[in-house]
Amino acid sequence: MSHPIVPTRVYAAVFAALIALTITTVAVSKLDLGEYNFIAAMTIAVIKGSLVVWFFMNVRRSSSLTRLFVGAGFLWMAILIVFVLSDYFSRGWLPAPGWWK
Amino acid sequence: MAETDAGPLVHAAGVRHHFDTAEQQFESATLGMWVFLLTEIMFFGGMFGSYTVYRNMYPDAFASTSHFMNVTLGGINTAVLICSSFTMALAVRAGQLGSKKTLILFLILTLVLGCVFLSIKYVEYHEKWVDHHVPGPEFRYADSRYFHHAQILFFLYFAMTGMHALHMIVGVGLLTTLIVMAARNRFSATWYTPVEMIGLYWHFVDVVWIFLFPLLYLIGHTA
Repeated sequence: MSHPIVPTRVYAAVFAALIALTITTVAVSKLDLGEYNFIAAMTIAVIKGSLVVWFFMNVRRSSSLTRLFVGAGFLWMAILIVFVLSDYFSRGWLPAPGWWK
Repeated sequence: MAETDAGPLVHAAGVRHHFDTAEQQFESATLGMWVFLLTEIMFFGGMFGSYTVYRNMYPDAFASTSHFMNVTLGGINTAVLICSSFTMALAVRAGQLGSKKTLILFLILTLVLGCVFLSIKYVEYHEKWVDHHVPGPEFRYADSRYFHHAQILFFLYFAMTGMHALHMIVGVGLLTTLIVMAARNRFSATWYTPVEMIGLYWHFVDVVWIFLFPLLYLIGHTA
């Protein structure tokens, strides 16, 4: 395989970052930041997930075609969430009785 | 009979005859694995979507449940899973280098960490069972206002962590297969594709947990 061997220290650095971010997210959740608790937790989760996908899953060294597929996966996931939420969020906008109340 | 004009077809060792090169073969396997992982993203995506919808409908009920989530065990499990992803990455690296001993060592470490995760998950499920936090006729909830809506969250909790745990169990089986294959000298520096593919699967399952942990354990903890 033509893949260059990734040095162990790269994986070790990513591992250290992931553990540090896990401690951070637990620490931040103990603080009362209101809406920002959710934003902070999700931002850290996205950073952690991206580190795993980029370094551990080696998308960094993958071909453009593989990257396109990875990107498509997250795009479709975003479409799923955004369209479902836009439906539920916009239901209360018209003066119709909400079925979930 | 089917020989081409160029003479008999010659293939490099380990390359199936419908591929030109080992790189092309590896590329196809990687792409195919990612296509499978995309279906997995959509599978978990449906559950993440319904979680988001219900949390927005019943924010207070959902926030009240986070007091019953064991953040310590959840946090330890997150660390365990990150460790297992690290050892899996090192196993793939050992596969690339063709060093059998290191490969088997890291595969076993990954397997052990996976089992530690599942054991801790069992302890958590047991806690929920004892506390009557399993949705159904035996469900009890301290705050009677949230009796029905808290059940929705616990249902989602068991559905999401349960599907995740099922993926872990499948992963444990796959790792065992890899260890047996490695012990039988099936892998070399030129062909270790299953190690790389199951590595992708294992990391994907880790990513799912990275999102489950804050959503189920951390958000609403201060509310």
